[in-house]
Amino acid sequence: MATPTLDKTDNAEAGFADSPFITATFRIRRFNPEVSDEVQWQDFQIEIDPKERVLDALHKIKWEIDGTLTFRRSCAHGICGSDAMRINGKNRLACKTLIKDINPDKPITVEAIKGLTVLKDLVVDMDPFFQAYHDVMPFLITKGNEPTRERLQSPEDRERFDDTTKCILCAACTSSCPVFWNDGQYFGPAAIVNAHRFIFDSRDEAGEQRLEILNDRDGVWRCRTTFNCTDACPRGIEVTKAIQEVKRALITRRF
Amino acid sequence: MSSETSSAAAIGDVEGVSLYDVDHPAPVIEPPRKRTAKTPKASRGNFEMYAWLFMRLSGILLTVLVIGHLLIQLVLDGGVSKIGFAFVAGRWASPFWQVWDLTMLWLAMLHGGNGLRTVINDYAERDNTRFWLKMLLYTATVFTVLLGTLVIFTFDPNIR
Repeated sequence: MATPTLDKTDNAEAGFADSPFITATFRIRRFNPEVSDEVQWQDFQIEIDPKERVLDALHKIKWEIDGTLTFRRSCAHGICGSDAMRINGKNRLACKTLIKDINPDKPITVEAIKGLTVLKDLVVDMDPFFQAYHDVMPFLITKGNEPTRERLQSPEDRERFDDTTKCILCAACTSSCPVFWNDGQYFGPAAIVNAHRFIFDSRDEAGEQRLEILNDRDGVWRCRTTFNCTDACPRGIEVTKAIQEVKRALITRRF
Repeated sequence: MSSETSSAAAIGDVEGVSLYDVDHPAPVIEPPRKRTAKTPKASRGNFEMYAWLFMRLSGILLTVLVIGHLLIQLVLDGGVSKIGFAFVAGRWASPFWQVWDLTMLWLAMLHGGNGLRTVINDYAERDNTRFWLKMLLYTATVFTVLLGTLVIFTFDPNIR
């Protein structure tokens, strides 16, 4: 499928009876500070195969209808985490959401993720998100001399934090968290997940420091276990469980 | 093949003239209290952890205390109609019920107060609003707790 849009346009116009195309409406939340301070919902009707993804629809709109539509995407295959957006009111990756799975009979709403500054259309300022990530020290910290060979780890020790290694930093979890919406000082689920990945890594020696950071006023204790983050995670990470494990580690450390 | 229900050209036109252009973009809406490099680093201290634990433990105790209280006051032995000055005086003659009511008062007030503190932290955006809402909350909590404690300990059944 190197050039899907061209082929499909031809098919649709030829009007084949078994055409897989449907007419879907995409209702996109537009904001362009160079034109207006007002946000506007704009409808785009396109002919598209429902087995395509929302990202394909956005491409079709941008490439064929309105080139000013702005959104982020890099790999387009669910790994880079660039295209998290709020689709039909739920945070998802546009590149992992098939149109047929989100009821194309009704208009499909697409908007930027919440809780971060919208810069243009679907593009948000990710700086506060990465600041929180940065603040939990998401890198291996060890003491003593560097070993002459790799740092070995048993499969069981690796399994302990396997779930949280899957994070792609798309911000779908953090921007679905109602605590984060109201108070950006909260570290947010993604930062806690990435702290969890090192806190429970047997090779790392700064777990105590990270726990201390997350013990803060804006740390894990602000989590209300609403499970929005677990629902939003496109990688299926049990985010709330990871946060609870950090809480448990904090409590068992003290008592 | 495609149609737009609203025209992109119309965005932001105020009577045909847009106030904003490339050199003068509209202000963006920043989220409340966003995290920056200047955000103060973590402070040491376990207050939040103890507050969190207190909510769980006091909740368990309160379930017993409050349901017991409601049963005694409203259901058993004649229900609500039996409650009067004499009934309260009779109960508070016993240290057991004094301790029961005192524990319930303190736990319920601190549990509720801490819950409201959490709500204020979650929803108040400006630091000043937070501060004054919390001051109001703490004042009300301390006043109620002290007044209730005073009444339980200095209750005089012969007041009439």
